[in-house]
Amino acid sequence: MFSADLLANAVVSGILLGGFYAAVTIGLAIVFGQLDIVNIAHPAFIIVGAYVAYILNSHFGLDPVLVGIVAAPVFFFAGALIYRVYFFAFERTGQESLSGLAFFFGLMFIIEVVLILIYGVDYRLVQADYIGQTWRVGFVDFPLRMLVPFAVSLALTVAIHAYMSRTFIGRAIQAVAQDRVALQLMGADPVRIKQWAFGLGIATAAIAGSLLIVIGPVEPSVGRQYIGRVFAIVVLGGMGSIQGMFIAALILGVVESMVSTFAGPSWSPAVAFGVLALTLALRPAGLFGRQ
Amino acid sequence: MKPVAFWGALAAVLAAGLALTNVAANEYYYNALYLILQGMLMAVAWNVLGGFTGYVNFGSAGFFAMGAYTTVALDKALGLPLPLLILAGGAVGGLVGLGLGYLTLRLKGVYFAIATLAMSIVIETLVVNWSYVGGAKGSYMLTPEKHLWFDSYIQMLFVVMLLLTLSAVAVSRALSSSRLGRGLAAIRDDEVAAECAGVPTLRLKLVSTTVMGAMMGIAGAPFPYFVTYVEPGSAFSLFIAVNAIAMPMIGGTAHWLGPVIGALLVGTTQEIVKVTVSSEMNVLIVGVMLVVFITLAPQGIVGVARKYLRRRAA
Amino acid sequence: MSDELLRVGKLGKRFGGFVALDNVSLTVRAGERLGLIGPNGSGKTTLINCITGALFNDQGTIHFDGRDVTLLPPFQRARAGMARTFQIPRPFRSMTVLENLQVPLEYAARGPSGRRAVDEALEVLEVIGLRERAQEDSARLTQIDMRKLELARAMAAKPRLLISDEAMAGLSSNEVDDVLGILRRLNDTGITIIMIEHIMHAVMRFSERVICLDAGQIICEGTPQSIVQDAGVQRAYLGA
Repeated sequence: MFSADLLANAVVSGILLGGFYAAVTIGLAIVFGQLDIVNIAHPAFIIVGAYVAYILNSHFGLDPVLVGIVAAPVFFFAGALIYRVYFFAFERTGQESLSGLAFFFGLMFIIEVVLILIYGVDYRLVQADYIGQTWRVGFVDFPLRMLVPFAVSLALTVAIHAYMSRTFIGRAIQAVAQDRVALQLMGADPVRIKQWAFGLGIATAAIAGSLLIVIGPVEPSVGRQYIGRVFAIVVLGGMGSIQGMFIAALILGVVESMVSTFAGPSWSPAVAFGVLALTLALRPAGLFGRQ
Repeated sequence: MKPVAFWGALAAVLAAGLALTNVAANEYYYNALYLILQGMLMAVAWNVLGGFTGYVNFGSAGFFAMGAYTTVALDKALGLPLPLLILAGGAVGGLVGLGLGYLTLRLKGVYFAIATLAMSIVIETLVVNWSYVGGAKGSYMLTPEKHLWFDSYIQMLFVVMLLLTLSAVAVSRALSSSRLGRGLAAIRDDEVAAECAGVPTLRLKLVSTTVMGAMMGIAGAPFPYFVTYVEPGSAFSLFIAVNAIAMPMIGGTAHWLGPVIGALLVGTTQEIVKVTVSSEMNVLIVGVMLVVFITLAPQGIVGVARKYLRRRAA
Repeated sequence: MSDELLRVGKLGKRFGGFVALDNVSLTVRAGERLGLIGPNGSGKTTLINCITGALFNDQGTIHFDGRDVTLLPPFQRARAGMARTFQIPRPFRSMTVLENLQVPLEYAARGPSGRRAVDEALEVLEVIGLRERAQEDSARLTQIDMRKLELARAMAAKPRLLISDEAMAGLSSNEVDDVLGILRRLNDTGITIIMIEHIMHAVMRFSERVICLDAGQIICEGTPQSIVQDAGVQRAYLGA
């Protein structure tokens, strides 16, 4: 019943997809995994990144991935600004849970509606040389529109992991999650560290968005499909572990790909929620999480 | 608010509504009022779980649509009259609420919220694939002939929704000052301490989700007759979910009056914007209002009023 | 053994690799005043959390009033007659002081609602000295009053066993005497009391028996006088 090449292609395409999912999730892994900020609007920012890539690609012919990287610093500042507002309104007064969640939900909604108002609900896509090409190894296909995002995601994950473990700010971000007071005693301002971390998270959204639109066409409500995926990956990987997140992303990608190939694509949205439910039921700390 | 004042106000509003139907004939007013009342009913329902118990529901549209689609299915199958359809919508909504609660209430706040969103998406997928109720293409509902002694069907729908909403407000008020309401508030304030004080937290949370689900199902039940064309996109729309959150949060979630005030403010603004600017802008307004209000006044209008009163008294 | 109220058998609890409780067994007689001491991190609060159900133990059993409560959720243990205060007060912040007491009265004590509950709550507040603050927001109380509220909430549950977790930390010596007096009077009415404290003279004056915990294990058990002289206890506290 399973032909070898169908299976092999499903697995490979799942791995490539999973790698991309890591880029989508890494911003949230920092912000939610390390700092416990529930930015449910993260996928919406990714869609904005996709549209930015679309605009610059269709008007100036720039390579979308390049646009994403160049746009990242702008997104960084936007993220820092948003954190300032969030902190002022919620974290400072200890209101985080209910109001903070609603804040990001409202933000997500606003982003989606503004995009619809400006661009309508038509699908948008980008043009680049490598979209449409496929490398073939034996009976396995490696479509470049998936391979390039995979490679970029891998590079992004490695870069962020190195940043988090080798630089002062990166380690400060991990520290602020674990022991805020100790960090203050060391002379670092927790609020500025968190602001930096949040900006970093949103900056990754610029890149992830450009990768998203390389993989396939985008319209404003696409972001919603990713909410389940990103939370499933962060939880499965374990809060606070970047490597865990990457592996979890690969796992989700493969499972989704298998389900899509052998049971039909209409079931893929359910996979993420299923994985999330299973993880929370069986091993809530995730594969690599700290307690 | 003293009982006499409350029930007096309720009766006055009902009388005013009925009087209106004798005076005004312009259908537009009833359309607008129906939507404002629907929003209020959803807001009151949301607040039972959100404000009273402290669990955020992102999937309100799912419950609402369940009520609407129950009407579509039962009308097609049995041609039931409106009151029974409303009861059925409430029953289905309540059952879904119970089921959702049972599956997800062991989850911490954030995960619960995501789970509610997931549930809404799952239900939407199921409905889209159910051709009996029209699937993705949607379903037309013929406006029934009968509208009792009112001049038109929409007038009757308005009065029905008025009755439903006023009842929900009364239930919400009774709940908030009851033993059950205190138990829910204890869960909201500190679930562990509540459990150690003898509150059966899981059981009460299930009651909360069931009541919320039932009220939302009731809100959705007359919807097919209101719009006459039901399709998943509008029934499950995120707009309904955002409204259900924004209205209570803007009005103030801790008090039963909050969703009422929030719905009046937001709902009226939306209707005005719809007419003066555009209906797309109207959709954006609620998101902006939500973010602005909860950033500047997290306790909502009721919270601000309370602080002001307290300062006057001090 | 018929007047044994609480029996903890071979309790074990780990957090990941960290062993918080290791083979802890103890019994408490009905009406007893038991002191529980030990250096910070020795597992006292974890033990209380496991007994009351706020945490589930990995090994061992807990019997209360003749029943096996090991698997019961916390609210049922509260209804069976266990009450506890929290080390860091956890009032129901959106409620007034009075309403804070109505919750355990109506739920743990399965008392009446409405007017009767309010009256009973006011009585408890009278005993603890918070009556004038009944209508105040609990979130605005001073630290000391919050501690008293913790105790009042536990009392309102009409418990058979009351566990006080460092209720006296940071109090002046007059206030300590106040609280000790309240606990003593409660004990006189038949309520069994387990007191966790760092304030040694309070524990020694109050307790009939003292258990000392260190690194998750019971290292000593006996009368206050014998505990003070025990070498193991001295080592645990002074690190000699």
